[in-house]
Amino acid sequence: MKASAGGYARASDVRQALEMLAASDGSGRVLAGGQSLIAAMNMRLSTGDILVDISRIEELAGVRETSDSLWIGALTPHAEIGRNALIRDHAPLLSQAVGFIAHAAIRNRGTIGGALAHADPAAEFPAGVLALGATLHVEGLDGPRDIPAEDFFQDIFETAIDDGEILTGISIPKAASDERQTITEVARRSGDYALAGVCLVKRSGKHRLSLFSVAPKPVLAVQAMAELDRGDIEGAVRALQADIDPSSDTQATATYRRHLAGILLRRAVATIQGESE
Amino acid sequence: MTGLFRDKVDIALTVNGEPVEARVPAGQHLVDFLRASLGLTGAHASCEHGVCGACTVQVDGKAVRGCLMLAAQADGAEVWTVEGLSDTAEINDLQEAFVERNALQCGFCTPGMLIAVKELLAGGGVPSRAEIREHLSGNYCRCTGYEAIVDAVETVARARAERGAA
Repeated sequence: MKASAGGYARASDVRQALEMLAASDGSGRVLAGGQSLIAAMNMRLSTGDILVDISRIEELAGVRETSDSLWIGALTPHAEIGRNALIRDHAPLLSQAVGFIAHAAIRNRGTIGGALAHADPAAEFPAGVLALGATLHVEGLDGPRDIPAEDFFQDIFETAIDDGEILTGISIPKAASDERQTITEVARRSGDYALAGVCLVKRSGKHRLSLFSVAPKPVLAVQAMAELDRGDIEGAVRALQADIDPSSDTQATATYRRHLAGILLRRAVATIQGESE
Repeated sequence: MTGLFRDKVDIALTVNGEPVEARVPAGQHLVDFLRASLGLTGAHASCEHGVCGACTVQVDGKAVRGCLMLAAQADGAEVWTVEGLSDTAEINDLQEAFVERNALQCGFCTPGMLIAVKELLAGGGVPSRAEIREHLSGNYCRCTGYEAIVDAVETVARARAERGAA
C-alpha cells in the first residue's frame, strides 16, 4: 500500500531534530534509513506520523575508536558496519551479523541506530549489542544520557528511549585479543527474519549469550551463561530453556523455536571452540 | 513551529543525469515519484514493503528500494533508473546477457534485478554463484527459477574480468 505521512521535516543537526520532535505534539517519528518505518507506514501499521528526518545529520554517522571502546554513530548503515575495518577488528560479531540482515539494497540504507531503536525482537543488532555489553547513547533537550544494553530493550518494539529523545550512537568495549564472538541463526530464506538466533561472546573465560526471536525482546541468557562458564555445554542447553519465552506464529511453533535455540547454542559453542584451537 | 512540517516537500535532484525540481507529497515513495511524475516506469512498484526488489533503483551510487525511500528524502540525490542506465549503455553487456541466457520471461523483475547486479559487479572480480545468489536474494523472479539469471551474471562478470585483464 501507499504510506500516509502527517508531515515531513529534515533536521540538519541533533538540536534541531530534538526541537522538531518537541514541536510535533507527540506525533513525531524519527526517520533514519526508513527500512522498517517506511515499510510499517506502507502497511498502514503506522499512519499520520510527523516525520523528523535525521538521515543527513553528519555528526551521527561513522565509527571512531578510543583506547578501550568503539563508538558507532546511530546513522551508520548496515553495509558500512559490514565492511568497516575497526568493527571487524574490535566487534566482529556485528560484522558477521550484517550478512544475516535482509538484503544488499536494504543494508545500503538501513542504519544500526534505526535497528536498535526499532527493537524488533527478531533482529540481529539488538541481540548483538546485548551480548557485547554495549552502552547506548540517547539525547534529549535536557541533555544526553547513557543506557546499558541490558536496560535498553524493554518489550516488543519498546526501548528505554523516552519521548522526545533520539538515539545518537552506541559504545562497545573493544574485544580482547583472546576474545571470541559469533552469531548464528536459522531463517527460512536468506534475509528473512530469524526463526531463532544466538550471539555468543567469550571474554576472559566468561560467556555472554543473547538470543533473538525467542521472546518479546532480545534475551540475555544468564542461566545458560553460568553453565557455560562452568564448562557444561549440555547444562547450558538445558538452562537456556528457562531463559527464553518463545511464541508460536505462522513461521514456527514455540516448541520448534526452543529446539532451534539449543541447536544454535551448540553450534555457536563449537564455532568459538574451533576458533580457539 | 507547526510551519516546520510540510505536507508537500520541495525537492531538487538529478534523475538519469538531468536536473529535476518537484513538489512531492510527504509520504510519496521515490518509486511512485519516478513512475507517476517523471514517467519512468522501468522500476516497478510491487510488494511495497521491501521484500520483492522490483522497485530497486540507484541512489547516490547505491542500489536502494524505491518503495522504502520517500521522494522527499531524495532531495539533492543522484538517482539512476534502468532507463538512464540503458541510454548511457553502461549495462548493455548485462542486458544482452540476460536476453542471451533467457534470464527473463515476463520482465517484471528485470529492471530491479539489473540494478542489483550492477552494484554487485561494480566491486570487480568474478563472484561465485553462491555470492551472486546471495546478492540477488532480495530480488524475486517468478519466471526463471533464477538459474538463468545467475548464468547471465556469471557470464558478464567473466567477460568483464577478461576485458580488464586484456
